[in-house]
Amino acid sequence: MNITALKSLIDALSAPTISFTILTVIFPFIFPPSDWFEKIHRKSGLWRIWTKLGGVIGMILITAFFVIGYFDPYFNKTLTKADNFPIVLMIYSMWFYIWLGMFKAYRNDIRLDQGLKPNEYNDPDDKVLVWPDLVYIEFIALILFQVFLIVWSIIVAAPIEEPANPAATPNPSKAPWYFLGLQEMLVYYDPWIAGVLLPTFIIVGLMAIPYVDINKKGDGYYSFRERRVGMFIFMYGWVVLWLFLIIIGTFFRGPNWNFFGPFEYWDIHKVEALTNVNLSELLWVKWFNQGLPSNILIREGLGFVITGLYLFVLPVILAKTYLKDMYAAYGPTRFVTIMMLGLVMLALPIKMYLRWVFNLQYIVAIPEWFFNI
Amino acid sequence: MSDKNDKSLLEKMEESQVWKSIIRSGIPRTRRQRMHAILGSVFLHLHPARLPKHAVKVGYTWCMGGLSFFLFVNLTITGILLMFYYRPTVEYAFTDIIDLSEQVPLGIMRELHRWAAHSMVLIVWLHMVRVFMTGSYKPPREFNWGIGVILMVLTMLLSFTGYLLPWDQLAIWAVTVGSNMARATPFLGNEGPGAALLAIGDINLVHVGSDVRFALLGGRFVGEATLLRFYVLHCIAIPFVAMIFMAVHFWRIRKDGGISGPL
Ligand code: HEM
Repeated sequence: MNITALKSLIDALSAPTISFTILTVIFPFIFPPSDWFEKIHRKSGLWRIWTKLGGVIGMILITAFFVIGYFDPYFNKTLTKADNFPIVLMIYSMWFYIWLGMFKAYRNDIRLDQGLKPNEYNDPDDKVLVWPDLVYIEFIALILFQVFLIVWSIIVAAPIEEPANPAATPNPSKAPWYFLGLQEMLVYYDPWIAGVLLPTFIIVGLMAIPYVDINKKGDGYYSFRERRVGMFIFMYGWVVLWLFLIIIGTFFRGPNWNFFGPFEYWDIHKVEALTNVNLSELLWVKWFNQGLPSNILIREGLGFVITGLYLFVLPVILAKTYLKDMYAAYGPTRFVTIMMLGLVMLALPIKMYLRWVFNLQYIVAIPEWFFNI
Repeated sequence: MSDKNDKSLLEKMEESQVWKSIIRSGIPRTRRQRMHAILGSVFLHLHPARLPKHAVKVGYTWCMGGLSFFLFVNLTITGILLMFYYRPTVEYAFTDIIDLSEQVPLGIMRELHRWAAHSMVLIVWLHMVRVFMTGSYKPPREFNWGIGVILMVLTMLLSFTGYLLPWDQLAIWAVTVGSNMARATPFLGNEGPGAALLAIGDINLVHVGSDVRFALLGGRFVGEATLLRFYVLHCIAIPFVAMIFMAVHFWRIRKDGGISGPL
């Protein structure tokens, strides 16, 4: 395969519809949350990702992507923007450290299976002195990092563009890279959800983790199997719904926030057909073949019912059926908290797919009240 | 008498009154002196004197918490140096930034500050990932994890407020994109759901000139007042709050039984 074909393949695969789907589908086989996934994880050899070989291959793939990108006239422009370098660092360091954590976790899992203590374990009486054992490590880490920063600062000048001009809006206007995940969510949700509600839920949700996770195991050492469900949920949220959206927002979004493959030219005139429709329009106009009712609550009734069912009825049904054991173990408060946080988190991919598959704009559309879901 | 002359310069120095007044225990050679070196120093006594072996291993903590703190200190120092030159007004801000690299000797202070800031966001994230992967948020460390989440938010807000200060196109539009979302805050933003309910008769209480976005920007758009507001938030307000939370964070690490580890 020649390099151009490879590039167009990567371009095609990067489209959020495809890349996000691949990641989501493959994710439980990489961080298997149940026996069934674990079995395939083992059989298919995906577990090798968390071996030394897997770590090295990951590094090589990332490097290959950036090297090809560096020599590509279009990707080069995004890649070499001074403020995008942190994202290159992010991709490398997140991969390396998550790999390292999983590598250590798998080693510990084997030890635990054999009835041994985890690698981190040591005799409580066998302590080391902070001076010099820790102080010198900290000192070295600090010096190395400072050297790194100085070299980086000498090589890469901090960006400065034209003086601020409120009359000239750049296209695209992007938030700083660490907020690009949120900006990407704006494609699917209105600002009151993407910019206010979801960040609040992320913060509250993170803070709630220690209170809703009643699994006592895996405290103070790397491990996976003992806490696989928790690990899976956290990693999916962190890697796919946060980091990956940042990557999309940085590398794959061009003028008018249109999608562009990494090796594609950012054409300002690229037009994407806007054919999105609201649920209420589908219901009244398309299915019932009549005009929209003037009463807002009737017009959006179906949307309200669906949202209500999803957020308030679904947890009750789950508590009585599929998640009965979990409900008993976690108690009502924890269960409701987990459900609320989990359903809101899931609402993001759900809305993404509703958009991609049905061109659905809003489930509840009340622009009169600025209330669109 | 003769052994007095045999003493090395170092030993003589160690016996002098000046030395003893500063470093009470002498050069840390014995176990006792080494413990004292930690306990006697206001900076080092953040640490306990002794730790279990795994806790000092880079492989366990990845040194990420320590590096987060190092970067915070680093940013404070480079930030103070930048403040000597930078004036937060629409008239001067941009040119002061240009001068920082063109007129100031060794003009990489701005680079050092900016790249350290980006690194800090990243390092704090990695610290969180480490704490999650070792399950270190589990009791008794639940509260400290919460403090950590607040520190992470503060770190990102610090970075965000600083982004505006160069007052170039990149700056004002990134902040415009970010702060536009505030417009949609439920009840508090002029385009937020429920805001219309907050009205007395015909008079809207929440409008473009009174909503949270206005409070954040000090105006209807990103302008002079915003620059001053973000400057104060960036240089004084948020670092001050972050410092308090860091103090609590470090204190709680010790009070929660030191670095987590297997039992
Ligand atoms: C400015 C930001 C932060 C600073 C300066 C900081 C600093 C530190 C330091 C120096 C440690 C000692 C162990 C280590 O180095 O890993 C630590 C531990 C800890 N941090 Fe942070 N941290 C920050 C943010 C966070 C965040 C974002 C979280 C989680 C969301 C967090 C949660 C914790 C917890 C639970 C511990 C105890 C870990 C254990 O006992 O193993 N911190 N922090």
